[in-house]
Order: sequence, then C-alpha cells, then structure tokens
Amino acid sequence: MTRVAWGALISHWRRQPLQLVTLILGLALATALWSAVQAINAEARASYARASEQLATGTQAIIDRPGGGIALATYAQMRRDGWNVAPVLQGRIVLEGRQVTIVGIDVLTHPAAAVTGETPDLTESFLAEGRLFARPDLIARLSGVPDLPPLQANAAVPPGELWTDISVAERLLGQTGQLSHLLVLDPIDAGDLAPGLRLRVEEGNDTVQLTRSFHLNLTAFGFLAFGVGLFIVHGAIGLAFEQRRALFRTLRALGVPLRRLMLVLSIELLGLAVVAGALGLVLGHLVAAALLPDVAATLRGLYGAEVDGALALRPAWVLAGLAMALGGAVVAGTGALAKLRRLPILAGATVVVWAENAGLGSRRQAMAGVALAVLGVIALALFDGLVAGFALLAGLLLGAALCLPLCLSLMLRLGHSAASGPVAQWVWADARAQLPGLSLALMALMLALATNVGVSTMVSSFRLTFTGWLDQRLAAELYVTARDDAQGAEIEAWLAPRVQAVLPIRSAGDRLNGQPATIFGIIEHQTYRDHWPLLQADPAVWARIEAGEGVLINEQLAYRQDLWLGDQVTLAGQSMPVVGVYSDYGNPNPQAIIGMDTLLQLYGDVPNYRFGLRVPPAQVDAVRAELAERFDLPPGGLRANTEVKQVSKAVFENTFVVTGALNALTLGVAGFAILTSLLTLWTSRLPQIAPVWSLGLTRRTIALVELGRSLMLAAFTALIAVPVGLGLAWVLLNVINVEAFGWRLPMFLFPRDWALLTGLALIAAALAAGWPAWRVARVPPAMLLKVFANDR
Amino acid sequence: MIARLWIVLLVLLAPPAFAQGFAGLGTTAEGFALPDPDTTFDFPQDHLPHEGFRIEWWYLTATLSGADGLDYGLQWTLFRTALGQGADQGWRSPHVWLGHAGMTTPDRHFAAEKIARGGIGQAGVTSGPFDAWIDDWRMLSTDNSLNALRLTAGEGDWGYDVALQAQGPLIAHGAEGYSVKSPTGQASHYYSQPFYTVSGRLNLPEGPVEVTGQAWLDREWSSQPLAEDQSGWDWFSLSFDSGDKLMAFRLRDGGAGFRSGTWITALGEAQPLGDDQIVTTPLAHAQVAGREVPVHWRLEVPSRGVSVEVRALNPQSWMGLSIAYWEGPVQVTGSHTGRGYLEMTGYE
Amino acid sequence: MLKIDTVTKSYDTGAQHHRVLQGVSLHLAAGEALALTGESGSGKSTLLHLAAALDGFDSGEITLNGAAYSGLDDRGRAQLRRETLALVFQQFSLVPSLTVGDNILFHARLAGRPDPAWAAEVTRRLGLSDLTGRWPEALSGGQQQRVAIARAIAARPQLLLADEPTGNLDEDTATRVLDLMLELVRETGTALWLVTHSEAVAQRVGRRVHLSGGVLA
Ligand SMILES: Nc1ncnc2c1ncn2[C@@H]1O[C@H](COP(=O)(O)OP(=O)(O)OP(=O)(O)O)[C@@H](O)[C@H]1O
Ligand SMILES: [Mg+2]
Repeated sequence: MTRVAWGALISHWRRQPLQLVTLILGLALATALWSAVQAINAEARASYARASEQLATGTQAIIDRPGGGIALATYAQMRRDGWNVAPVLQGRIVLEGRQVTIVGIDVLTHPAAAVTGETPDLTESFLAEGRLFARPDLIARLSGVPDLPPLQANAAVPPGELWTDISVAERLLGQTGQLSHLLVLDPIDAGDLAPGLRLRVEEGNDTVQLTRSFHLNLTAFGFLAFGVGLFIVHGAIGLAFEQRRALFRTLRALGVPLRRLMLVLSIELLGLAVVAGALGLVLGHLVAAALLPDVAATLRGLYGAEVDGALALRPAWVLAGLAMALGGAVVAGTGALAKLRRLPILAGATVVVWAENAGLGSRRQAMAGVALAVLGVIALALFDGLVAGFALLAGLLLGAALCLPLCLSLMLRLGHSAASGPVAQWVWADARAQLPGLSLALMALMLALATNVGVSTMVSSFRLTFTGWLDQRLAAELYVTARDDAQGAEIEAWLAPRVQAVLPIRSAGDRLNGQPATIFGIIEHQTYRDHWPLLQADPAVWARIEAGEGVLINEQLAYRQDLWLGDQVTLAGQSMPVVGVYSDYGNPNPQAIIGMDTLLQLYGDVPNYRFGLRVPPAQVDAVRAELAERFDLPPGGLRANTEVKQVSKAVFENTFVVTGALNALTLGVAGFAILTSLLTLWTSRLPQIAPVWSLGLTRRTIALVELGRSLMLAAFTALIAVPVGLGLAWVLLNVINVEAFGWRLPMFLFPRDWALLTGLALIAAALAAGWPAWRVARVPPAMLLKVFANDR
Repeated sequence: MIARLWIVLLVLLAPPAFAQGFAGLGTTAEGFALPDPDTTFDFPQDHLPHEGFRIEWWYLTATLSGADGLDYGLQWTLFRTALGQGADQGWRSPHVWLGHAGMTTPDRHFAAEKIARGGIGQAGVTSGPFDAWIDDWRMLSTDNSLNALRLTAGEGDWGYDVALQAQGPLIAHGAEGYSVKSPTGQASHYYSQPFYTVSGRLNLPEGPVEVTGQAWLDREWSSQPLAEDQSGWDWFSLSFDSGDKLMAFRLRDGGAGFRSGTWITALGEAQPLGDDQIVTTPLAHAQVAGREVPVHWRLEVPSRGVSVEVRALNPQSWMGLSIAYWEGPVQVTGSHTGRGYLEMTGYE
Repeated sequence: MLKIDTVTKSYDTGAQHHRVLQGVSLHLAAGEALALTGESGSGKSTLLHLAAALDGFDSGEITLNGAAYSGLDDRGRAQLRRETLALVFQQFSLVPSLTVGDNILFHARLAGRPDPAWAAEVTRRLGLSDLTGRWPEALSGGQQQRVAIARAIAARPQLLLADEPTGNLDEDTATRVLDLMLELVRETGTALWLVTHSEAVAQRVGRRVHLSGGVLA
C-alpha cells in the first residue's frame, strides 16, 4: 500500500516535472541567498579573528610620532632607559599590482614571535638571509615577483601582510634607521614620553569595531534573505501540496490511511529539502565567492581590514544553510500536513473556495501581522539597543508581509467593484481567486522591495547628509601634512603671507568616558563660524570655545553618553560644559573640540604639523604647486579639499556596493518565486481560462490579461512596499544608526528611486509572468476543450 | 616566550652542540677566528668585543654581606654570540646579545634574562668610557679600564645597583691568557679581575639592603671552546680569607674529564694549575629543578696545600632561563676558609 | 445560416490516428431547431465544437452567416463565439471566479448587448433566482448546467449550440428546461442545435440528425 502511495506521488512529479523543478529551485535559491550572506560574514569574521589572534593580544598600546617615524637611536635609548617596547617597521609596497603591507619586526622583542616562534623555520629565517612570511594565498600571488627574499607560507601571518625581519623590511621599503612605531609591552605613563612621541591605545578588537557597521549591513541582509527565503520555501511547499490535493483525496478514497499518507509525504518533503538545500549551498557558495572579492576590497579600502579572497567551507554557514532549507520545509510542511489532516475525502474545494477560506485566513494573518509590528514597537519602548532596534525591524517587516494578502485582497475587491467591462470584471475576480496561491511569493516580493526602498532611502539620505557635511567640514581649500613639527613651522611661516588663513589641525589623545578619544584645538577664525556642522549649539558657541569656556563634542559621544548642551565633560581632569554638538560621520570614536589655547594648556605642546589653508579658489593651484616645489612633503602631504571629498565619496560608495548587489539578488529571487508560483498554478489556470475562451476571448487576449494581472499584483505590492520601506528607512536612520554608530541622520525622500524600484518590480513580475502567459497564448484549443470533459 | 625562542635559535644554530655547549659554545668554528697561543692581551682594547670570534662574555659574580647580617650573592653576565660573520651595522648585524642577572639570598634565588640584536644600540660594549649594556642593565666604568665599575640589573621587584673597585691587577689564565679546555687543544682567551671590592644596594621585594663584599670578573672569548665529547663543566672561583684566590674548573666528558685552574696570590701573581694538580669530588647532591646537582664539593690542590669543602649558600641557586644552569655563592671551609662562586652546567 | 460541408476531423493520440468525423454535411436555417443524436463517442461533441469555432477541422468547410471558418483567424473565431454563437457544454463551462449572477450576465456583456431585465427573466424562468450570489462550484451539476443555459440564452445568440443540456437533470426538470429553451428560441428567433441521447427530447425538437460512423444520417 505504501508502495502504491509512493508510486502515485512520484508519478505526479513525473507528469509535472516543471513543478518539481520549481519547487527544488525555489528552496535552493532561498537557501543560496541566505547561506551566501552567512558565508561572507563568517569568512570576514574568521579573518578578523585570525588577525587579532596574531597581531597582538587584547588592548594594544603603541607609541608613534605624528608626522614621522621614530629613529632607531630613539628606540635603543628607550630600551636603555628601561622601556619595554618592541620596534615595528611597517609600510606598503606594490607587488604584482597589489598593495601589500610589509611588517618588519624584531623577533627578539616582538610579542608575536611567541606565536611565530612555534615554527623553528621562522626564527631561523628572520636571522638568516631573510625570508618573507605570508599566508599561502598571498605567496601564490607573489611567486613570480623577482628579487624578493624566499617566501615562506605561514598561516599565522595576517592576510595581506608580509612579515619579515626589520633588516629585510628596511631593504624592501627603502629606508634605514627608522621605525614606524613601537609596541608597548609593559604599561607606561604617557607623561614620561619624550616630546613628539605619542602614546596611542588601540582597542584590541579594532577591526571588529570598525567593521561593525559593514557587518551590520550584511547581517541585516542575512535576516532579510532568511525572511524572503522562508516565504519562498513556504510558498513552494504549500503549492506542492495544493497541486496534489485531488491525488491525496483519491488515495484516501482508495483506502490509504491518513497517517500513512502523512508519513510518506513527510519523508518526501525531507528528501526534497535535503536535495534542494545541498543545491542551495552550492549556489550560495558560488554567490558568496563572486561577492567576496568586493567585500574584501571594501573592507580593505575602508578599514584596512584584510579579508582573504578565498572562501572556506565553514560548518557555521553550511549548517545555517541546511537549517534554512530543512527548517523552512518543516514549517511549511507542518502547515500543509495540518491542512491535509482536515481535508475531507470528498468535497472538492477548489480555487474559489480556497480563495474564500484564504480570505478568512488573510484576516487572521493580518491581525497577527499587526500584533507583530506592535510587539516590535513595544520591544523598542522597553529595551534599548541594537537588539531592540532589530526586533522593531523584524516586527515591522514581518508584520507588513503578513498584512499584505489582506491589503491586496481589499485593493482587488475595490478594483472589482469599480470594474465596468465584463473582461475587467473577470480580471479582477480572477486576480482575487489567484491571490492565495501567489500571496507568499508576493510577500517575498514585498519584503525585497521594502528593504530596497528602506536601504536605498537610508543610503541616499546618508549620502546627501554626508556630502553636505563634507562640504562644511572640508571648508579649507588645501590641507597640508608636514613631515614633522619643524617642517610644519617652516611651512606655516612661509604660508602666512601667501594665503588668507592657516588653520592648524592639532590634536591630543585622551579618554572620554572611558573610550579613546581625540581632542582637537581650533584657533579663532571665521571659517569655523561659517562652516562647522553644528547640530546643537549655544548662541555664543564660538566665542565660548575661543574663550576656553566650553567644549564641542561629536554626535557619537553625545548619543552614547547622553551628553547635550550644558552637560559637563571632563578633559584632562578639567570639567567643561558642552556648548555644542557637531556631526562627525564615518568615525566610530568620541571626539571633542576646544580652543587652541585650552588644548595646549591641558595637553602640553601637542604636535603641529597639519594645516588647513584658506586660499581664494583661483590661487589654489598656484599655492599648491609652489608648496610642492618648495617643501619636501611626505607622500599625500598635500591635498585639495576636492580630492579629499572625492576619496571620501568613493569610500562611501564602496561601502554600499555589496549592499546593492544583495538588493538586486533578493529582488531577483523574489521574482523567481513569482515565476514558480505562477508555473505551479498553471494547471489550475486552465479551468479558469477555458470557459472565457469558449465565450469568445482570444488566447492572446487572455495571455495579455494574465500578464497584466501579475503586473497589477506586483504594482499593488510595490505600492504597499513603499510605505513599509520608508518605515524601515526611518527605523534604520533613527534607531539602528544611532545605536550602532552614534549618529542620527535626517531622512530624505527619493520618489524617483521608488518609481525606479516599482519599475524593477514590474519588470521582475513581467519576466516571471511572461512565460506562463506565453504558454497561455500557445495552448492548443483541444487542451482547453478537454477542460469541459475532464472530471475534476 | 623569548626564552623559548632563544632555545629554538640555539638549536637551529648548532644542533649537535647544544646538548653539550653553553651559551652558544659550539663545537664548530667555521670561518671564525681561532684562539692563538701567540696572542698577548692588549688593554683596554681587549675589554671590548672581539667580533671575529664566535662567542664572548663579560661575567661578573659577587659574594656579599648585608647590613642585615645575611650573606648574598649576585651575578651579571653579558654574552655576545655571532650568528654569522660580517661587520654589518644596524639590523643586519650578525651579533646577538644575551644578558643574565642573578641574585641569591640564603633562601631565595632571583634570575632574569635579556636578549637583544646587535648593531642597533640596544646592547653592546663600547669604550670611552667602557660601557657594557643590554637594555637597562649596565656595567659602566669611569674610564676605559675596568678599575671602577658601576653595575645595575634587575627585573620586576628585584635588582641591584653596586659599585666595584679593583684592588689588584688583571689576571691572565693559562699561558698568558691562552686557556686550554681539552686534551685535544680546544682553547679560549681568558682573563679575570678577581680583586674587586663591592659596595652598594640590593633591592629585594621586601625592601633594599646595603651590602659590601668582593667581586670577580671573567672575560673570555673563543670560537670553539668545547670538545665533541664534553658535556658540561663545574667552575669554581674562590677568594680565601688569606687574600689568595683560586680559579678551577673541571670539564666533564665520558671519562675522567679535564681539569684546569689558576692559583692567584694575594699580590696578584698567577700560577696555572694543570689537569693533574686539581681534584674535585662531589660530596652531596641536591634536588634542583628536577635534577641531581652536586652542591657540596671537596676541592683539593695538593701543590698549594688546599683541601677545602665548598658548600652552596643556597642549594637552589638555579638559573632557570633559556639556558639553564646552576650559579651561586658558596662558603669555603677546611684548609682555607673564604667565599666564592660556583657554576655548574650541563646537568640534565 | 449554418452550413457544414463535408467536414472531416481526426484526433491524434500518440500512435493512433482516430478519424471521428468523415465528411459531415448539414444545413441549419435561422430560427430552426435541430436535435443531434448518436452513440457515446460517435463525435457529437466534436461536431458541435467545430460548429462553435472552438477547434479546427481537417477538411471541408463550415460557414456561418456566409463567413467561412477556414478563412477566420483566432480573433475572427473569437468574435464569432462572442457575438453570434452561444454554446452550452456538457459540463464545467462556468467561469469559476465569477458568481452565478455574474456568470449569467457575462456572455451578454462580452457580446456587447447586456440586458439585465432579460437576464433576470431567464434566471427566474430557469429557477436560478436564489442562486445568483453563489459561486459555481457550490452548485450541483444540474444547477450548473442551468446556469450555463441561462448564460447562453441571456446573450441572445443567433445560434445556440447545446451539448446534452439536460443530461444532468431529472426528467421533470429536463422537460421544463427543454420547453423553456424551445420557447425562448421561438421568441428570439434563435437557431437551436442540441445534442441529446433522449429519444423524447429529440422528438420534441422536431428535426433530427443522427451521427454514426463519422457521417450524418
Ligand atoms: N482531445 C481529444 N483527443 C483525442 N481523442 C478525442 C479527443 N476528444 C474526443 N476524442 C475522441 O473522439 C471521439 C468522439 O468524442 P466526442 O466527445 O465527440 O463523443 P460524443 O459523441 O460527444 O460522446 P458522448 O455522448 O459520450 O458525449 C471519442 O472516441 C473520443 O474518445
Ligand atoms: Mg459529448
């Protein structure tokens, strides 16, 4: 009997191979998208973990000299004075067209030697003729470069870096007698440092901190992919059950017990999920491998964080991917099996009744959706933080998705009652009848669209704000970085009569409320009054800063510590009131601005080798050329604000490249879900179409109607997705950004983007509906006639 | 961490030698200068590094009495090892410097180690005035001689800062400083300043102690001091209350070993002692760092009427560093009384 | 008005070539009623479908009001079905997504001559007034068939083709429905061609043809 049941079930797939393919593909695509994002995240995290494991342990303090290197003699003297510091000579060179970081260390003092020292070869090579240590992938890339010391693979070396002895590093970097910085191995007091030297405490998980914003992005997409995927899986499996309703009834009428049938179906379902999940993992791996170089480039460009270009098979995302496929199948299958349980052996509930029942269900669903959204809001009200923000996001998106069928059916009902012609009337009625079968795919589309709207609104709002902010913040026409204070003083003197103003950029490191922070000093100048981007300010803000009576803090600090106008901030032991808050994007750390005199008084003679120059636009090029000719400035020591802006904007855009790619992919997958739904609905379409055809509509007309209806549903979905997306953008800008980065961004609306996206959704829907419609246009009349004879 | 590294370094440099050698005292000397019996010392030049030789050390030990009535000892050692030849300066210098410092009380022993690259100024020995240092450990003279030194070292909660004043001449061992180390002819250049008086301060974890006493400086350089079958040595530097001093060592091998020494009169006359003039007999062993180490000896030099027992002030004077050995102050009783230092290497 | 001239039609079912109609000729005048009988599987429905311009034939010709089917494209045929013809299928011909009421009105509106009053009367006379708000699948087979008939009549076609319109009805109802159809045909001048197995029905219609061996007799 079981064999008979199996036979019947399998013969169904044999007769409807397309249904089987779409079911498996749908599941596979959902798994693919989800596991791809997981794989990228896992790979990047593993890279950071490797890096932080190898570079140093915990919080790493370093000593450097702003504007220059540290002389070898200075280092030796510090050692003789009892400082436990280790020298590092670090620099970038281009090998085989790729920037690599040369890290020269002294094995005898560098703490990382403890790690590398485990490999005896390593030590030998540091002291022998010289050897470069790098990860195998980098070595593979560099194998053809001439005149390099022998390369040796060592997995302990961070990605993108060549570790070697300082003697070799000196030769490769073409400098001698200089060090880049010193690692502080025993705690020291910054006050004991020689003038010009600076103690910097870097957070141990620096890269992790910095790249958090980026991964937040990816994680959000991971969730989205998960959501979209679940809907698709649910839809695909639900349809696989609907399609075989008649078969189930027949089997039961022929005496197959319900339990046996359910068991057989469960096994079939799990088998399908495993096959599709495996396929999805392969696809996901391909997608991740295709995206990873972009991700790696972004992270390298933005944060200098190195991520391997190679993708490893990690249990984390393999399991996540399979869990997605199986979990989705179980959730969807449970619902379908529950329905099967209630399915009467007789009573052929078909499309319309199904639709009517679905109507009831859609109301219940919508209620659940509203409840979810409300829960999200409550979560935000009760708890702070990123998690609550994400709870709100999830509630909002899922809630909206659950409300979608009801909204669509209300819209269709409205359209139906307004329809005048018989064809129009039929179209609306038919759309309503078709809605339940499509609603899951449409929910997936809605999620994809809403996220697109939300993310693009956030990115565009951010871009607009950021660009405006750059214009304000980079008010000086030229920026000069001298080699050291001596050269700085020379340049300053030389410039004084030649430009409108020389604005020194001087800063000291401090800790503000426990976090490493940078304190800037500014001189009295109109430029600040005119341009500095203040979010909140005392009426006499600039006068008070100049008088040393107050401090400006950045928005990050303000949000994180809840410090606003009038609150007190302690700088170098001295308490000062906040007289203003300024926006400061792209910087995760606290920052403050005080008058120059106050800075010097509190922090001593801080380095003075960076300047902003106010120059009449017409003279910028001339001043620049003269400066470059007259002074031996370090590379990149002279920049026009236009260049800085350009670079900043490029970096900004780079951050969202992957976001864009994932956006497009999600939309594509949602489009595919529509296609699979329409294709699986195909057989149930014929009984709908045949009568209308027999009454005198051409197949062409009907095909166009089919296409139009899908477009209409997509358009309605887009219509609903736009406000949901804007809600999402609002949450991203006002909750997530504040929690994650410490800045709140104003929201701008970009109707053109919405139109574009709606267009994209329509194209996706048209592509998805195109094939089924084409099949309608070409269906032979005999097939349609059979409808009137077939026993259904 | 550094210790582990250093071991690795040594293993790599001279794999067969390490089992027997000490501080890079390898058994091979490819391309390095070899000790020459015809060389005579040239001071103050010979206080400075001899870079053509593979290894070299400045080795100072002091037996001290504290103002608190207790006996103490201290050790200050700077080793130079050449990993290769060449006179490159900066990071390309082939020299590696190793510093050991020890401080012994009757019931405690402190030991620390430093390691540094040569050529960059982190460690070295220079003249004008004589200055030997590694990081902040230092042996600094008032001039180019070794007559008046200031010595500092320490780590964490212990350290010392003492002044040394030479009360006698430099002593050349062996044949005018050519000290043979085996019957097959391995040798080193070796001289000492055994006549220092010391005063200064020890910093113990519980507080400083003013000390006075005597100190002995050894200078030795070579490229191949040990024979293949030699596995370690027992080295004595004793200052008798009579004012006479005795340096004696026994290099252990599979057989009877090889003995050598120098009798130094209170006036500074040196008399080399041959293999057959010295008898060393371990009397008692102590369990030190998981091994049996003889910390109680009978030492006899019949030709000088010496028959003494040498006892460790603190049997646990173990230098548990990257190269581990026993080094500590000893009490001398018997035909002569006095104090001294004992160094024992190669006890596995 | 309807002229069928030596029409042949065969079905290909895999390897088999099954000739169903082997030269059928027939003439039906406006306002005339005609019954078609024949064994099950003899090709009655096939012939009716050809007459309704739903399917193509192999040879011969069919003309309706002088228009030859073979010269019509898909649109022409559809227009013919929409505006000139009406067909009552053996079963399952209602639009599932429209209510009974909408179904009844549907064809007339498609043909561009909606007449709610007439539709209401037809509905009443076929005893469907209580059912107009229902969905087709909530009807019994006989009720569905009556709705199909009502829809066809409400469209006021020139030619009404009915494939066993009373096949699913009990004898009483069948008689009533048939009476009604004939009556309506007379009132509206519609030509009626219906397929039936029932001798009684065939006799009541008057003129009759019998399909056997692929030809009419
Ligand atoms: N689409 C088709 N493909 C193949 N054969 C067909 C098709 N439609 C009908 N036939 C065959 O054509 C023949 C005529 O069928 P048709 O439906 O016209 O018979 P009928 O006279 O209407 O029978 P009934 O009285 O049972 O309704 C039958 O043998 C049938 O099997
Ligand atoms: Mg028939």
